Amino acid sequence: MTQFTFMDILRNLLIATEWTVILSLVSFIGGGLLGLLLLFMRIGKSRVLPPVVKIYTELFQGTPLLMQLFLAFFGLGLFGIDVPPWLAAGLALVLWTAAFLVEIWRGCVEAIPKGQWEASASLGMSYVEQMRHIILPQALKVAIPPTVGFSVQVVKGTALTSIIGFTELSKAGTVLTNATFQPFTVYGLVALIYFALCFPLSQVARLLERKMNVAHRH
Amino acid sequence: MSLIAIEELRKSYGEVEVLKGINLEVEKGEVIAIIGKSGSGKSTLLRCINGLETINAGTITVDGAKLAEDEAHLRALRLKVGMIFQQFNLFPHKTAGQNVMLAQQVVKKTGKAEAEAMARKMMDRVGLAEKFDSFPDQLSGGQQQRVAIARALAMEPMALLCDEITSALDPELVGEVLQVVRGLAAEGMTLLMVTHEMAFARDVCSRVVFMHQGRVHEIGRPEEVFANPQTPELQSFLGVNRAA
Repeated sequence: MTQFTFMDILRNLLIATEWTVILSLVSFIGGGLLGLLLLFMRIGKSRVLPPVVKIYTELFQGTPLLMQLFLAFFGLGLFGIDVPPWLAAGLALVLWTAAFLVEIWRGCVEAIPKGQWEASASLGMSYVEQMRHIILPQALKVAIPPTVGFSVQVVKGTALTSIIGFTELSKAGTVLTNATFQPFTVYGLVALIYFALCFPLSQVARLLERKMNVAHRH
Repeated sequence: MSLIAIEELRKSYGEVEVLKGINLEVEKGEVIAIIGKSGSGKSTLLRCINGLETINAGTITVDGAKLAEDEAHLRALRLKVGMIFQQFNLFPHKTAGQNVMLAQQVVKKTGKAEAEAMARKMMDRVGLAEKFDSFPDQLSGGQQQRVAIARALAMEPMALLCDEITSALDPELVGEVLQVVRGLAAEGMTLLMVTHEMAFARDVCSRVVFMHQGRVHEIGRPEEVFANPQTPELQSFLGVNRAA
């Protein structure tokens, strides 16, 4: 049996970290794009779409991410569709991220005072023009800090995908523990790497929040 | 034909009827003060004229065109009638000048240079030419309200609706805003203003409308309405000592 040195463990974990980062980025960007689409459906004037999006967000916010991963992984398998772990992981995380982002962003749009709608309407602007020139530019500024803050949740959420066999940081940790019998060293390092990923994000979120509060107008 | 004609206008919020059949005709160039207690429906009436509230019955006609609920009609109406709000409602992410330019460019598709020229002219008209590049939160309440007036004027409306435009201002700032409104009245702009400034209404307005419980309770020239109120409601509103 080969002996793993500390550096071997660390190197293997860092290789796996790459997948955690990739999965986080895919989830965040994919979830962001889907979330944006859902946002327009949610705040639009249609009668049908907002309730549909509402049910969607309730479902994804009201069930554990783990169940969503299982359903994406095993559920589609029941229909004879062979889903590789990376696809199930990516799909579930994108849907999950979108469900949270759409609610964060809806809050930001609704935080814009009613007077802004009325003033722009009284100047003759259409709904789309109001959105484009008045509401969204203001909502965007409010939205940046909580959105960056939520990205921390996405990074930590990727850890669950280890359970369906996607080899990211946590899964690599489990494999290395089984090989080395040094759970404290391995998981300690895993935790430190997650922290190294998340801490800068939460700091950036905090910084942005402070900055937005000082100069919220520009 | 009158510029604004309101016939049997009714408006309810749920079970509560706030406007119970309003009839009012406004000629071009008239300055009308709408007074009354809070809850008498005066703000709602103004908001109906601009289509900010949907109406339940009756008609509103502005310059011969009837108010309808679809976006194209509303847009056409709002180009004819500008509105100034109690809370100014300037766009905080834009400078004063951009506030005045934006709707011209977006709604009227005016070119940037032309929109800017118009904006500078209107900012000058409200006495704020030097504040063109200031952001709203760098301006006092009175200055913000004057920018809001410039913003509405830049769309070249036929009439302006003023919804308690001095009520959110510190007392020392009320004068500068009323001064601008006085100037507009002198130039022949049609104005409908909900106001608590009785002295101003008496001086500047051609007619005063007293609203009470969702109806036009009394209407007339300011010297008649203020000097000789007919109904007990208006007398008590004006604080006339009925015993005397």
